[in-house]
Amino acid sequence: MALESVTSLSPGRGKSFQFWSRRKMTPYLFFLPFGLVFLLFFIVPIFYAIYQSLFRSQRSGLGLGAPTINFNGLNNYSQVIHDPDFYTGVGRVLLFGIVQVPIMLGLALLLALLLDSTVVRFRPFFRLAFFVPYAIPGVIAALLWDYLYDPGISPIVKGVSGLGLGSPDFLGSNTVLWSIANIVTWTWTGYNMLIIFAALQAIPPELYESARIDGASGWRIAWRIKIPLVAPALVLTCIFSIIGTLQLFNEPFVLSTISNNISTSYTPNFFAYYTAFANNNYYYAAAIAVVLAVVTCVLSFGFLRVTRRLSGV
Amino acid sequence: MSQQTASVPVPTARELEAARQHQRPRRFSLEGTLSMALLFVCTIYFLVPYFWLIVSSTKNAGDLFGTFGFWFAPNFNLFSNLQQLFTYQDGVFPRWLLNSFLYAGVGALVGTWLSSMAGYALAKYVFPGRNLLFSLVIGSLLVPVTALALPLYLMFSAVGLTNTYWAVLLPSIVSPFGVYLSRIYATTGVPDELLEAARVDGASEFRTYTIALHLMIPALVTIFLFQFVQIWNNFFLPLVMLSDDKLFPITVGLETWNVTTAGSAKFLYGLIITGALISTIPLLAGCIALQRYWRGGLGTGSVKG
Repeated sequence: MALESVTSLSPGRGKSFQFWSRRKMTPYLFFLPFGLVFLLFFIVPIFYAIYQSLFRSQRSGLGLGAPTINFNGLNNYSQVIHDPDFYTGVGRVLLFGIVQVPIMLGLALLLALLLDSTVVRFRPFFRLAFFVPYAIPGVIAALLWDYLYDPGISPIVKGVSGLGLGSPDFLGSNTVLWSIANIVTWTWTGYNMLIIFAALQAIPPELYESARIDGASGWRIAWRIKIPLVAPALVLTCIFSIIGTLQLFNEPFVLSTISNNISTSYTPNFFAYYTAFANNNYYYAAAIAVVLAVVTCVLSFGFLRVTRRLSGV
Repeated sequence: MSQQTASVPVPTARELEAARQHQRPRRFSLEGTLSMALLFVCTIYFLVPYFWLIVSSTKNAGDLFGTFGFWFAPNFNLFSNLQQLFTYQDGVFPRWLLNSFLYAGVGALVGTWLSSMAGYALAKYVFPGRNLLFSLVIGSLLVPVTALALPLYLMFSAVGLTNTYWAVLLPSIVSPFGVYLSRIYATTGVPDELLEAARVDGASEFRTYTIALHLMIPALVTIFLFQFVQIWNNFFLPLVMLSDDKLFPITVGLETWNVTTAGSAKFLYGLIITGALISTIPLLAGCIALQRYWRGGLGTGSVKG
């Protein structure tokens, strides 16, 4: 209908038949360049990984000569699921996430509420200070903390032992996971805080002015009015954090150069990388990547469903 | 309390806000003091490692290990560190810096352009398959990008593109989040009437798009920034794709130096620290200069999300 009225208004455009078909094609043409790279470098790799994961490379006899590549069905998958290197890695990042994500998001929410409240001064300064770590590339942040943990150079280790309190071991088998958690928290709290802060700023003040006039305290307003209203932002940051946690790679990869307590299967992603590039077992690595992606999607999508049902967010 | 307020004219929210702003500095409250204390503690936590980086980049190798880490050493060595950094291994570091600019600049520029067209199409046209395409874009936000790096490597090696600039550039162009953002901006920021008016005046569909693009410029800056930061910070993809150190971006380059220091080359610490400091400057400068775009973009992404 709308199209007809436009065509009748523009007689100079030639035959309406031609115009119709061109207008029908237009949105596809606009989408095409993105669609093409999206297909080639996003969709196809997913299916290629699935395809690769169905094969395995075998060496015949003594392991001399070129390996042959055989169809392996779903055997790689059953092997991945039963591989202790894989499931202990998944368990480790899940433990990491259960502890680190609530701490990070709780801190981000608290800081955002403080910056949004009326009792705080120097807001632009704090906003910028909290955002600095995000502007540092993740692997550089990991390097930076690597030096702050390394007993050979760290002023923290030296300072604490100089006070006669013994020297803290940030890289021990029980502590290194939490040293990594600290790096992730340091890097991402400010980013998450900005997302929540932006959502807080979008709340019209009228929504809580009446509560304030009635004498409700700042904390009560935050708890009863502001937090429910920024729940969508919290869900968003939580999903990004779940995805990021399961993909953990940079920090353990960097710290593994100075700590003996980070094995090559420390996180699932590290395990996939090592399997592919140190062991040259691409087919098994593809299966690991696929299982990890499925676990990630199930968890983040499941989280979305649960929060939807619970709060109608 | 409520009786009192009922008897006087209720001030508007804006007036209240102004009043609050006015009286705030003079009031002392426990709540306020505790809040400020907490914020200062957090500021120290977030800034001290970066301060250590700045301090350490001014030290020579001896002072780095021999003096107190959180304060400057008597000898100021930043310039000789920089000079060493830029000439070490025939100047491979400035090359990494340029590579990072190339990957992030070109990738984000092309990516933003493609995202803007796709988002515009999804926002301003009704066509069969639109919902399916949009669902695909949204769904892909849940796909972990690192899961793609490995199959991408295998695909690229099949066509002989690994260890080239293309291996990092091409996958970096794809930004589903950019499409998602530009669809939101095109929906809310570009009025349909304007586009119809342009068409009535005989503008072609592409010309109409360029008119819409002018209204979307703040949004495009945000999308560009997001993608630039993402590519600049990317480590896994170039690590997987590249083996020639002349093609490395700064992140992969510095990490390969770090692996070397685990052996014997202690003097490399100083170079890595100075290099790490340099690698943060472009993003910090960009983020500070374009702060308002950041906030706008983050706000849109979260409120609509």
